Amino acid sequence: MLELKDYRTKVHNDWCPGCGDFGILNAIQMALFELKLEPHNVAIFSGIGCSGKTPHFVNTYGFHTLHGRSLPIATGAKLANTALTVVAVGGDGDGYGIGMGHFVHTGRRNLDFTYVVHDNQVYGLTKGQSSPTLPKGLQTKSMPAPAIIEGVNPIATAITSGYTFVARSYSLDVRHLKEILKAAVLHRGSALVDVLQTCPTYNDINTKEWYAGADLPTKTPRLYKLEDTGYDGTVKDPTDPNEVTQKKVQAMTRSSEWGDKIPIGVFYRIQEPTFEDMIASRMPAYKEVPLTKQDLYNRDVSGLFQELS
Amino acid sequence: MRASERDIRSHVDWIDLLVALDKETLFGDIHKEFPTHSGHKNEVSPGGGIVYDAALRLKPEDIGRPDVNLYPVPYLDVLISSLKETGHEHELSKYQVMTNTVAFGASTALIDYDFNIVSEAIRDGFKGRKAALGDLNVSAAQRGYDYIKSNFHDGFGYKLHSVPSKEKRMVIRGVQAIGIGKFKAGCAFQTYYPITPATDESEYLESHQKDYNIVVVQTEDEISAVLMATGAAHAGVRASTSTSGPGFSLMAEGLGWAGLTEAPGPVVILWQRAGPSTGLPTRTEQADLQFVLHAGHGEFPRIAVAPGDVMECFYDTFDAFNYAERFQMPVVVIADKFLASSYRTISVPDSNSLKIDRGQIAGESDLAGKNPYKRYEFTPLGVSPRSLPGTKGGIFHTTGDEHDELGSISENSENRIKMMQKRMHKLQLAAELIPDQKKVNFFGPQKADLTLVGWGSTKGAILDGMEDLEADAVRCNFLQIRYVSPFPTELVTKYLSTSNRKVLVEGNYSGQLGALIREKTGVVMDYKVLKYNGRSFSQNEVYEGVKDAIKNGSKEVVMAHA
Repeated sequence: MLELKDYRTKVHNDWCPGCGDFGILNAIQMALFELKLEPHNVAIFSGIGCSGKTPHFVNTYGFHTLHGRSLPIATGAKLANTALTVVAVGGDGDGYGIGMGHFVHTGRRNLDFTYVVHDNQVYGLTKGQSSPTLPKGLQTKSMPAPAIIEGVNPIATAITSGYTFVARSYSLDVRHLKEILKAAVLHRGSALVDVLQTCPTYNDINTKEWYAGADLPTKTPRLYKLEDTGYDGTVKDPTDPNEVTQKKVQAMTRSSEWGDKIPIGVFYRIQEPTFEDMIASRMPAYKEVPLTKQDLYNRDVSGLFQELS
Repeated sequence: MRASERDIRSHVDWIDLLVALDKETLFGDIHKEFPTHSGHKNEVSPGGGIVYDAALRLKPEDIGRPDVNLYPVPYLDVLISSLKETGHEHELSKYQVMTNTVAFGASTALIDYDFNIVSEAIRDGFKGRKAALGDLNVSAAQRGYDYIKSNFHDGFGYKLHSVPSKEKRMVIRGVQAIGIGKFKAGCAFQTYYPITPATDESEYLESHQKDYNIVVVQTEDEISAVLMATGAAHAGVRASTSTSGPGFSLMAEGLGWAGLTEAPGPVVILWQRAGPSTGLPTRTEQADLQFVLHAGHGEFPRIAVAPGDVMECFYDTFDAFNYAERFQMPVVVIADKFLASSYRTISVPDSNSLKIDRGQIAGESDLAGKNPYKRYEFTPLGVSPRSLPGTKGGIFHTTGDEHDELGSISENSENRIKMMQKRMHKLQLAAELIPDQKKVNFFGPQKADLTLVGWGSTKGAILDGMEDLEADAVRCNFLQIRYVSPFPTELVTKYLSTSNRKVLVEGNYSGQLGALIREKTGVVMDYKVLKYNGRSFSQNEVYEGVKDAIKNGSKEVVMAHA
C-alpha cells in the first residue's frame, strides 16, 4: 500500500523559508500519491534554478538537467519509454526565457507529459533579476531600475503553441494546485500548469499579501477560480473548428486579465492525438511496446545492403 | 566519376573524358565580373576526349586543345529524333532535360561500354510509376550512343568493360554506411536538425522506420537534438544524433551534461564541413578534430573515432554504441562531407559476427538487495551498473551538478576528487579495452624512408598517393589514426619513434592531428601537407605535396586543386 511518504526523499532542502516552491513540491507529491502512480513508473525532469532541485526531493526517477533544457531530455526519455509518467518542472526563466524555444516546440508536438512552471517573476537563484514574466514598469527590490520590456503571457503562448491542457494555479493554494496537477497528469497530451508563486526573498511586489488583495480597497483576494464563474475551457468536439477557435479566444481573453483580478484554473483543454500516437501511426509496433522493451538487438541488415547492390 | 578494375579509393585531378552539358563546363565563367572557375577543358588529359553540344558551333581552335579528341553531338536534334521514335515529339519542352541522357549515352559509346548495362542502370533509376520515363531515357541514351558509333570512327583510347565478380558488391556512400551501422547496433532513436551534409543520414534512417522501429525526430535546434538523444539513452534505448559543425557547436553544453551524468550515449555523428561559421557549407574539411576533443566546458570523458572510408563508417558506428553503453559516455564519430556523399563500390561487409554489448544494466533482481541503489557507486573500474527508468528498486536521481554516489548534489571536496577520477578513469578503461587494431591502421613496410600520417577521409588518397610515391622510388608507409579519444599514445609512439621522416597529410589549416600527436607523444612532424579550400585531397595531390616537401624541403605545403 503506497503512502504519501513514499514520494518523499531524505535529501536536505535548502530553499528559503516561506518559498512558494514548498507548496508546489507538496502538491506534486500529493497528486502522484492520489493518482496511485508507482514511484518507479514516474520520472521528473527539471532545469536550473531554485525549482531545479525539485526532483531530488521526490522519490521517483529524477533528472536535474541544464538551464532551459529539461523539455528535450524529458521528451527523449518519454519517447524511449512511453510507459513512464513524465513531469517536467522549471522556473519562469528556465521555461519562458532560455528554454522558450523548447517550450513552444514541445507543445507543438503534443507530447504526453506535464510541465509545471514556477512563475514568480524573478530569477531567485541568481539574486532577483527580472524574469520573462515580470510586467513592464515593475521594479523588484534587487533591480537597479524598472523593467523596460513587456513580460510574456505564458497561457496565451502555450495555447498558440499547441499545448492541449493549459492551466494556472497558485503555490499557496496547495489543494487547488494538487487537483489541477492531477488533471494535467491524467490529460493525454502536453499540459502546462503555470503556477503563480511568491518569492519572499526577491519579489517584494507580488507577495502573499498582494495576492490576498491586502492593498486593495475591497481587501478581497486578487485570485479567482475560473470554474466559479461558470467558465468552461474544455473543447467538446475537437473536429469542430468553430468551437476550437471560440474556446481558444475565450482562453486568450482571460489570460490577459492581470492586476486586481487574476484568474486561475483550466483555461483550455482539448483532446488531440499525441506525438506518440502520430509516431505509432507510422510505426505500428510503437503503440504496443515501448522501445525500451522491444528486442532491437538481433537485427538483420542484409536487406539494406541488398537494396544498394 | 572514376572507374577501374581495382578498388577506387580517391579521385584524380585530370579528366580523360569530359562530357560538357553546357558551354560553362568548357570555358567557365571567366567573362563574368567575378569569375568562379575557368572551365574544365584545360583539365582534360592529352589523348582524352570532350563530348559537347554541336549546337554551340565551336571550332577546334575555340576549344584550343589540339591534343584531345573532340566529339560534337547535336544533343537536341538527337533527342528530337528519339522522341519522334517514341511518339513524344510534341512534348519537347517537358523532356528537354533528357539532352543530358543523350550526352551520357554518347559517352558510353566512346568507351565501348555494354549498352545493356547502361539501359539497365537507367531503368533502375525509374521504377514503378516512373517506368515509362525510364524507357524514354533509354531511347535517348541509345540515340546518343548510335550517333557516336555512326559519326566517329577514330577509336577513343579509353575503354571500359565489366569485370565478373564472385563477391557481392554494392554502391554505397557514407551516410548509408553509418545509417546501416546504426540499425545493426540496435539504435532506435535518432534526432536531427536539418543541416548539410548530415541530413541525408537521418532521412535514410527515417525511410526505413517501419522495418526497423526507429523513432526519428526533427528537433527545433541542435541543443534539443543532442539532449533528446541523451534523454532517450538514459531511459534505455540506443540513441544518436547527426549534425555538422554549426550544429555541433550548439551541442557543446549538452555533451557536458551527458558526460557528467554518465549517460550511455548518445552517439553523435559529426559530418564535418568547411568552417568556421557558415564557411563553405557544401564543401569538405577536417578542421573539427580539436573541437571534438574539447567541446564543452570543464573536463569529462568522451570517445571519438574517425572512420577513414565507408567500410570503417559502418564498423566504427556499430562499435560506438557498444562503447557508449559500456563506458557510459558520449561517443562522437567524426566523418565529413566527402565521406557523406562520395559513392563507392565495395564488397558487402560481414555483419553477422558483430556482437552487441549493452554494458552493465541493473535489473529488478540485481537491485533487490540494494537499498538504496547507488547509480554512481564507486567501483574498481569506474563504471557503475545503471538501472533503466521504470525498473522497480532502481530509482535514482541524476544531475548536472557534481553529485555523490546516490546522484544527490554534493560540493564535498573528497567526493569531487573521487568522482572526477571515477569518470576520467573510464577513458583509461576504454583505452585498455578497445582493441589495438581498431585504434590505428598501419600500411606498408615497417621500415621506410617516409611515414605518412593522417586521419579520416584522406585515407584513400594517401593510400593511392603512396603507390605513386613507391613507383617513383620513394619507400613509404602510412599511419592512419582512427581513435583520437582515447588517444592510442603507445601505439602511435611505437610506430613514429622508429620512422624516419614524417609527413602529416591533413585537410585543415593548422595541422590539428599533428598538434595532437605532439601533445600526446612529443613526436613532431617533419613536414605538413595541408588542404583547406573545401575540396578533398586527390591521389595526385598527395604525391605532389609529399614530393614538394621532401624534394624542396618545404616544411608546409598547401594544396589548392579545386
